[in-house]
Amino acid sequence: MNLIVFALLALLAITAVAIAKLRELWAVIMFTGIYSFLSASWMMILDAPDVAFTEAAVGAGISTVLMLSTMALTGKAEEIPRKKSLVPLFVVLVTGATLVYGTLDMPHFGSPNAPVQVYPDPSFVERSEADMHGLPNVVTALLASYRGYDTLGETTVVLTAGIAVLLILRRDDEEKDESAQLAGNKTS
Amino acid sequence: MTLESIAGLYNYWVVIFLMMTGFYIVLARKNLIKSVIGLNIFQTSVFLLYITMGKVDHGTAPIVPPAIAAEQAHAAHGTTEAGHAAVGHAALEHAETAQGLAHDVAHNLADDAISHGSELAHASTEIIYSNPLPSVLMLTAIVVGIATTALALALVVRIREDYGTVDEERILELDRGE
Repeated sequence: MNLIVFALLALLAITAVAIAKLRELWAVIMFTGIYSFLSASWMMILDAPDVAFTEAAVGAGISTVLMLSTMALTGKAEEIPRKKSLVPLFVVLVTGATLVYGTLDMPHFGSPNAPVQVYPDPSFVERSEADMHGLPNVVTALLASYRGYDTLGETTVVLTAGIAVLLILRRDDEEKDESAQLAGNKTS
Repeated sequence: MTLESIAGLYNYWVVIFLMMTGFYIVLARKNLIKSVIGLNIFQTSVFLLYITMGKVDHGTAPIVPPAIAAEQAHAAHGTTEAGHAAVGHAALEHAETAQGLAHDVAHNLADDAISHGSELAHASTEIIYSNPLPSVLMLTAIVVGIATTALALALVVRIREDYGTVDEERILELDRGE
């Protein structure tokens, strides 16, 4: 069990570094899909099958498709050689060190007395079956009923994002002329 | 730094490593699509952080096994029915003499049934479930995340239409009129 977890974590880290290092956009997008699948596997081991399903479907499926279609629309980016800067690496190392220092106080992994497990009252599991007339999946009960307003808000966000995408990508004739003019001005 | 605390905290460190990799991609890579990918990696590491915190030792996924749920419901109904049947039967057979005996039998039966029921209930509470709340929050976050990713990619497409490039510095140069 532990070996599987260690292998998964190592693969996750390697994939993330590969994504950071690679320049070829196509390969990067493929690696992003692999990364999503690996994190979904880890979620499965961490007892969150619902999140794992969603991550595999949305993270590895839809988001890869979206990125590939964006790449098809924008074309391959030209390689612009520029000198390497060490500032981002420095910023990342300092932030990472601060965060690691912050974890030293954290409750240990799997501890049943961690604040996450104690507050709010963890009676969802006991109550949900009676409240939901025998629905076995507690996550579903929480998502659709106890925290139903979250889901309502989520739906609103998705609708808003969908409308925004449509508005951004819409092509009227006059708007196209305008944007063509603008592009002409910019490139000239 | 004891071995125990390393074993208890390494999950967080892996998550922080992934988070910082995403952060680095956002900072260092100038391609806009690459930046969106960096944000995605950052986001996934936040999901992993929450899910890691929700895990309980020896726990299982928060899904009540259907067999246990059915048994529990059956036991709850069964005890009262068995007790009533026994009392009624005994009372008819030996109307006067065996009244006391019947009472005893019924009592024993009911006792048995109750202890049986509570055993079942005990067995079901012995299953440790991991915390369902982080899962629920992250389910919402994943869907919101894909919505924002789609919006960001649409903006990238639009920028490419107007500027003819998806390179951050090139866009800034064009804006400055160089």
